[in-house]
Amino acid sequence: MNSCIVVVPTDTVIAEPTNVTGSTSHHGIEVALEFKLVEHPTEPLKLRTGEEDSGGRKMGREAAGQSQMSYTVEQLVAVNPYNPDILPDLENYVNEQVSSQTYSLDANLCLLRLYQFEPERMSTQIVARILIKALMAMPAPDFSLCLFLIPERVQMDEQFKTLIVLSHYLETAKFRQFWDEAAKNRHILEVVPGFEQAIQEYAVHVLSLTYQKVPRSVVAEAINVEGVSLDKFIEQHVAKSGWVVEGKGEVSLPRNEFNHPELKRTSSAQSIPLDRITRIFPLLG
Amino acid sequence: MSAGGYDYEEGLQSSIDGGISYDPSFVPDPVKSFVVHLYRHIREKNVYEIHQMYETSFHTLSDRMFKDTPWPSVEAVAQYVDNDHVFCLLYREMWYRHLYARLSPTLKQKIDSWDNYCSLFQVVLHGVVNMQLPNQWLWDMVDEFVYQFQSFCQYRAKMKSKTEQDIALLRQHDQAWNVYGVLNFLQALMEKSSIIQILQQEKEGLEQFTATDGYDYSGGSNVLKVLGYFSMVGLLRVHCLLGDYQTGLKCLLPIDISQQGVSTSVIGSHIATVYHYGFANLMLRRYVEAIREFNKILVYIYKTKQYHQKSPQYEQILKKNEQMYALLTICLSLCPQVNLVDENVNSQLREKYGEKMLRMQRSDDESFALYDELFSYACPKFITPSAPSYDEPLVNYNQDAYRLQLKLFLYEVKQQQQLSVVRTFLEVYSTISLEKLASYMEVDESTLRTILMTYKHKTHSVGADGKTISNADIDFYIDDDVIHVVEAKAPKLYGDYFLRQIVKLEAVIGDMDRVKLE
Repeated sequence: MNSCIVVVPTDTVIAEPTNVTGSTSHHGIEVALEFKLVEHPTEPLKLRTGEEDSGGRKMGREAAGQSQMSYTVEQLVAVNPYNPDILPDLENYVNEQVSSQTYSLDANLCLLRLYQFEPERMSTQIVARILIKALMAMPAPDFSLCLFLIPERVQMDEQFKTLIVLSHYLETAKFRQFWDEAAKNRHILEVVPGFEQAIQEYAVHVLSLTYQKVPRSVVAEAINVEGVSLDKFIEQHVAKSGWVVEGKGEVSLPRNEFNHPELKRTSSAQSIPLDRITRIFPLLG
Repeated sequence: MSAGGYDYEEGLQSSIDGGISYDPSFVPDPVKSFVVHLYRHIREKNVYEIHQMYETSFHTLSDRMFKDTPWPSVEAVAQYVDNDHVFCLLYREMWYRHLYARLSPTLKQKIDSWDNYCSLFQVVLHGVVNMQLPNQWLWDMVDEFVYQFQSFCQYRAKMKSKTEQDIALLRQHDQAWNVYGVLNFLQALMEKSSIIQILQQEKEGLEQFTATDGYDYSGGSNVLKVLGYFSMVGLLRVHCLLGDYQTGLKCLLPIDISQQGVSTSVIGSHIATVYHYGFANLMLRRYVEAIREFNKILVYIYKTKQYHQKSPQYEQILKKNEQMYALLTICLSLCPQVNLVDENVNSQLREKYGEKMLRMQRSDDESFALYDELFSYACPKFITPSAPSYDEPLVNYNQDAYRLQLKLFLYEVKQQQQLSVVRTFLEVYSTISLEKLASYMEVDESTLRTILMTYKHKTHSVGADGKTISNADIDFYIDDDVIHVVEAKAPKLYGDYFLRQIVKLEAVIGDMDRVKLE
């Protein structure tokens, strides 16, 4: 008895060109979409239970009353990301992130990938916005992650060169140079609301890693705020972040495990698992 | 799709030297026997025998009879296997893999191989494929699929030497090895197999998958499930080739690489998974994570490579081993946490790259050259996924993707240049004033502050959960104008050391007792 490998009976003839239309190659998208368990969503779908985005984004997560569109786009990215048809949706989503001060790295990476696959569809304006948003996500390495996907000759574009320089200053904590350069390029940056605050948050983060007590002047340089506004800024942080104004023009930053390394939990490598000790049991008796 | 044997002959004339005659329709007896037996074993689901034939017999026959020629054409062998459609697809897959490994496939053959994968995957995705194949074979399918994609992109980007014919063929078959196609197939396999749900349910005790190494002992088939599983590794790999490390790691998330699982059941898959996982973490600046995983796999290879000496994967294993030592060197130069490295791995590392590592710790031009060298040696073969514009002048752009990744990597290294200098001072002092350190480093105080903040920023990466993690072996904080150094040394593992010595001593005493003094 001749049992076939495939239960469903198939042709006994060797595979002929399988496509009726005569095309000899398979359109990967058509094929794969055939097997997609979820249809290309045209309406918002139910949230997957327990599904979480990579957390901790400073931009703020999708708020409870999030728009229909951003919801659908996130689903698209999760379910059907390798699909050129979603490119316009992703571009709109970038603009929405800009206007509603939200952020989604995954969706933006998805778009940059599609641009990689079809370079003629790339919009430098959208890419610039993605990069600015990525800068605002620091200390996360999002900016680099985006650059990895942007072809070198595109990075030669003036506005991208500027953004790369800005990123460099932030990565190397050269805040004074950063704010100088940012001021010169206000026209590029002001399209994205919330930029200044985001960078200030990053600056405060780096200060908190480094200092237990930091001179006022250093804070001023890092966040690009002087005089009365600086006082106000510090006041706010005294109120909500545990800053303490010391005499001598200094600020004490709240204790954390990075500027107070003694707070770090000691590694538990001290303990030895039991199964290793059993090796010497015969010797102890 | 070429149905006749003549296409093969035509294509092959150009790739065989010395006019070795190859008749695709001639089936030598050993091959006849091979396919008959393989077909029978597949029908009877004798996984062990299939594995033997696949791993050993196929390669023995290849070495003996098909060193420089392809195997007989599928049309010729079909008659011995009831013209079974699926078996022919499997045979063809092996046929092309052999071609890629030993010969140079023509453009037409590359395109035909794509068609074969499409047919094969479609059968798997569609149907009730009622067979069990060894995991090694299923891994090889996915691995080879991605490899041929990578190879095709590299080939396509070398436009300079393309003939009119080639370009016409490329234009006509623009769907072949299209990046959308490749990614969507991998994703379709992953989704249709419901592998993510299976792994989830396994955690809750409702499914058996890892426990059975993916094999189905209730009369079903392991093919779709295991292909779906390996597709996750395939997706990680493709994303790394594109430079999208974040998404690559996301694709791998359902697999817990710290546990034994199906991915570790096949050594090729285990190595490929860790290599790409580690590389992605390196580019994401999560150095500690990369070091940990590279260390584990290098220990594993060190202990087990002797058992793979006869296997056809041995060369690949050795190559990846060397590449991972290079990557580990890079990680340790940027993040000196030697305590994370096993002593065997450490001694190998010193042997291969000890000297280079010392030079890489300096912040001069030579160190960049070394970073460049190691990165270029060990990195994946990055690709440009888009098709060229055939109307533009013919240039080679196959190196573009690699050059971009290298450039951005070296840029990062440059930003971290000052860190090793800072570290040498921090190693020596427990406290030091900003003024003093600034004068030693020959910079002004304000510059020193930025350098110190850079040190802090670069040694504290953002983990997958968004939390800050410290990678620093030596840390500090600044209070007023004084730097206080804190060493985050991991406690020496005295316990382990003592245990080992106790056992050793007992053994020596035992030996001595046995010696009879004359």
